[in-house]
Amino acid sequence: MSMKVSTRQVDGVTILDLSGRITLGEGSVVLRDAIRDQLAKGNKSVLLNLGDVSYIDSSGIGELVSSFTTVKNSGGELKLLNLTKKVHDLLQITKLYTVFDVKDDEASAVASFTK
Amino acid sequence: MADSITSRASFTLDSTLDTVNRLELEAEQFAQRAGFSEDDIPNIAMAVREAAVNAVLHGNNYSTEKHVSASFETTSSDLVIKIADQGPGLDPDTIPDPLAPENILRGSGRGIFLIRAFMDEVHFRQTHPGTELTLIKHRTPAPAGN
Repeated sequence: MSMKVSTRQVDGVTILDLSGRITLGEGSVVLRDAIRDQLAKGNKSVLLNLGDVSYIDSSGIGELVSSFTTVKNSGGELKLLNLTKKVHDLLQITKLYTVFDVKDDEASAVASFTK
Repeated sequence: MADSITSRASFTLDSTLDTVNRLELEAEQFAQRAGFSEDDIPNIAMAVREAAVNAVLHGNNYSTEKHVSASFETTSSDLVIKIADQGPGLDPDTIPDPLAPENILRGSGRGIFLIRAFMDEVHFRQTHPGTELTLIKHRTPAPAGN
């Protein structure tokens, strides 16, 4: 199953609802393009909702990291929302859990962005 | 004494993403049949996926002239998976540590690390040309001290 992205705006924060698999090939490319599109529109506060991401491989982890650094280098912020246990465990193993700002409640996540 | 083989399958496949997905699925099914736990099965499948990505992408560079060889073998004590490419060869000692502070924000380089995290043994063999990875997951915990 490929990855799908839908986009919402909440109080100046762009929420990307991701679903499916973020893996080498299509899933990673979809995420990269979505981030690029939002930055091109000037949307630099990005919240990735991973609640419906069923699977992620090392390529997908790498794409999350690249998304984080791309947004940060553009002067913005990227945070993660609703990690599944699998994604949570992978970020722990790879010591990336503390690199990302991880949230589990959408409202407080939106409020946490620098306005 | 060699362990008796209870199940075996081998494949020669093209250097494509379909091969990656196929080997991941085979790993999942072998792990299920070998009786691994619901926690172990996706981890074994992910390790095989990462090994297959290495073979297809980093080893064979998607070449239509190069193939990926894979075998799955269940013995009384282990699940043994071998995945080989025909690429330039991979020296595991040259792979940067993805947990090092200077590498933590790199966009790639975590595949071998995850394979090692999820399998009990990982062996590299140079096949000139190419690299063969052997991934082993013990069906029962090894005795303490091993």
